[in-house]
Amino acid sequence: MIPGSVEEVEALVVGGGPAGLAAATALARAGVRPVVVDREPELGGIPRHTDHPGYGMREFHRIMRGPAYARACVGRAERAGADLRGATTVTGWADSDGDTTGRAVTTTSPGGIGVIRARAVLLATGTRERPRTARLVPGTRPAGLLTTGALQQLVALGNETIGRRAVVVGAEHVSFSAVLTLRHAGCLVAAMVTDERRHQSYAALRLAATWGRVPVLTRSVITAITGRKRVEAVELTGLDTGGTQRLECDTVVFTGDWFPDHELARRGGLVIDPGTRAPRVDAGYRASAPGVFAAGNLLHGAETAGVCARDGDWVVAAMLDWLRADARWPAADGVPVECLPPLRWVSPNAVAPGAAVPHGRFLLRSSAFARRPRITVDQAERTLWSERLRRTVPTMPVHLRAGWLDRIDPNGGAVHVSVETSS
Amino acid sequence: MTVGAVDVAVVGAGVVGAAVARRLGRARLRVALLEAGPDVGAGTSKANTAILHTGFDATPGTAESRLVARGHALLSAYAAQAGIPVERTGALLVAWTEEQHALLPALAQQATANGYERCDIVDAAELYRREPHLGPGAVGALSVPDESLVCPWTTPLAYATEAVANGVALHRSCPVTGAERAGNHWLLATPRGGLRCHWVVNAAGLRADDVERCLGHEGFTVTPRRGQLIVFDKLARPLVRHILLPVPTARSKGVLVSPTVFGNVLLGPTAEDLDDKTETASTEDGIFGLLEHGRRIVPALLDEEVTAVYAGLRAATEQADYRLAFRPDERTMCLGGIRSTGLTSSLALAEWVAGELAATGVDVDERPDAVGVRMPNLGDEAPRPYLDADRIAADPEYGRIVCHCERVTAAEIRDACESPVPPADLDGLRRRTRALMGRCQGFYCTAEVVERFARHTGRTAPQVLGLTP
Repeated sequence: MIPGSVEEVEALVVGGGPAGLAAATALARAGVRPVVVDREPELGGIPRHTDHPGYGMREFHRIMRGPAYARACVGRAERAGADLRGATTVTGWADSDGDTTGRAVTTTSPGGIGVIRARAVLLATGTRERPRTARLVPGTRPAGLLTTGALQQLVALGNETIGRRAVVVGAEHVSFSAVLTLRHAGCLVAAMVTDERRHQSYAALRLAATWGRVPVLTRSVITAITGRKRVEAVELTGLDTGGTQRLECDTVVFTGDWFPDHELARRGGLVIDPGTRAPRVDAGYRASAPGVFAAGNLLHGAETAGVCARDGDWVVAAMLDWLRADARWPAADGVPVECLPPLRWVSPNAVAPGAAVPHGRFLLRSSAFARRPRITVDQAERTLWSERLRRTVPTMPVHLRAGWLDRIDPNGGAVHVSVETSS
Repeated sequence: MTVGAVDVAVVGAGVVGAAVARRLGRARLRVALLEAGPDVGAGTSKANTAILHTGFDATPGTAESRLVARGHALLSAYAAQAGIPVERTGALLVAWTEEQHALLPALAQQATANGYERCDIVDAAELYRREPHLGPGAVGALSVPDESLVCPWTTPLAYATEAVANGVALHRSCPVTGAERAGNHWLLATPRGGLRCHWVVNAAGLRADDVERCLGHEGFTVTPRRGQLIVFDKLARPLVRHILLPVPTARSKGVLVSPTVFGNVLLGPTAEDLDDKTETASTEDGIFGLLEHGRRIVPALLDEEVTAVYAGLRAATEQADYRLAFRPDERTMCLGGIRSTGLTSSLALAEWVAGELAATGVDVDERPDAVGVRMPNLGDEAPRPYLDADRIAADPEYGRIVCHCERVTAAEIRDACESPVPPADLDGLRRRTRALMGRCQGFYCTAEVVERFARHTGRTAPQVLGLTP
């Protein structure tokens, strides 16, 4: 399977979305000519299909729609000198035993099968929405069940016949984006359904998307889908009441509930963080294996394209360090940072004393609503840090300041982040 | 209007009917294969545990025992020739209590009575060495080294494709609604008109009792027995090395954990007797009940993502054994009451049909010009096209991956659409290529795959998706 020729490069970026392209741009500007592979024919990532404004302020200083932003990111990386390759899938790792000069991957493209060995590999493979099956929603399997991703692509390709009456599962940002897309396609949204006790987006976005006319059914889950050929209805069960109701619809869109596309990370034997389900990374976004880095929504689904692009910028410092110096791989020294419920995950999730974390803060995700909750950081009974946050909302980012890093004991075991939500 | 006149009409293009049509199509016989549903193998055959059974646990002396043992040998050989994925993982029948452990010697003896001699009892230490991720508490196991995984979709498709290649007329979406005897012939009624035939083979699965009634027999009633199954992500595959069986009870073979030829891990099935022959919905009780079993058998499985949940209906009747009938005076035969072992026994059943026909003087000898088929590989063990450098060099479309989770290429979608038995719908494309069957369930590739399929079939994407008529 592995042909004779191995392409040797300094840096390989897997995934040409906002994070991968930002990293590629910065690497190229620093004089390293990275190869960026993306399995789609067109690079640009998820924004290619999110045809609504809200992109580009940070990088391009103007408000852009998703597809234009994606094109701008591609153009910028190209002009900087990155080698961009679409329709190229990384199919696995091709490392031989004892190889310490870099990591090799196998690729498939219409041009054939290849092996690329890179001294630094950046995984920027992104995130996906959990489909109906992974959410274990029982019932029939009729036509009319979609994720936001599939919905947006179908509509972007000009298919405007989706359905007449939809139920949207989820009430986070992307859920409202799905509502907008459905409306654009002439499909009425009968309701949004969330197991949380309120929606998890900005009130303004909710109003814009729904004109205030779409009920958000909270503390509810779909317990059955009915209909043979086409969806006919969903059965909703109230989590607090146990009561059920039938909601007629011909379309169900499963939104949000992000899950990292971590196949390559796992097949490479990287340490996986139990919270993010992504590779465990230190403050420089180094993964557990020498020469392997990770960035973007692979680490934290789903943040905005701007946050992902900032990750891409950030990771380049550690990549350049690794490429330039004959550096030791420091991630092994990192102390794991772990979350206690109701916190779901923290990123980055391995730190060394005095490390500089991106923008001086950690990204946190909670599964509970709370106002003014107190966050505490402990290491082996010793409290390193405590602060009050403004609020936590499930699926929305919260930031934890990193002023405690110089107090870490490198031999003191895992650091635990917990939240007190009594208020 | 007539569908035509043939020597043999096979009713039902599940794995059994397709196997019969394949065998008779290789003889000097005119054969029609009639399927009520939209596709070959799209009923009971598509949703099962996909195991090539040895028959070690059959009831000795039954038709099922004999045909499964014979079918295992026949399908193993045919699969190699036709390119049907088979993986010989072996099975471990795990005893979780001392009571169950005490039953293992009897099960080994039963295997011997079924003509299977390679069972072996292993102790707990050996069991955990072979299956390190097995949950705690197992006390021993019966090893059945020849139990294998097989592709449940390629098998009936290979039979049907070979049948068509040898001149069998395949009629899909063509249910038999009535039958009458007209002189020396049968006249079968279908929505497309009548079909005259000398012989009728009833392999109608869940509808075999209805077809029997059309043929003038009230022999049995099919009670659909639903089996819900959970398919775990391919990343779970390293957790399970063998087919992990429970000690069977009188009612059911129980819940198993098994790898699949595609590289996933399967958990199931449930066994629920229903009235409705179309009730293939999954249920909350079913799914969460299975997960409880899974948590005990391989606890780490529960940390992996679920890729699919599906339910199949087995054609159970009042008796456990197959309902086989050969009526030379009426020129009908019935292959009914075949539950989960039909995939394994299919070629043996076809052989039985040919043998019975030969005994009445029908010439079933294979024609020298009968051809075989080679099916596209969907399995994980042999290289798929995306890993085949020569193939990509000859046709770059084999290097254009469009379904990323399952690594299905544009060429494979094209090939399926241009094959002799092309998919009638998106589910048919899924079973032929695995497109859209991976962990993202179409989050990335729905639009792309559907556009390609639509172009080949002259429809629009929403039509292919069933969103518009």
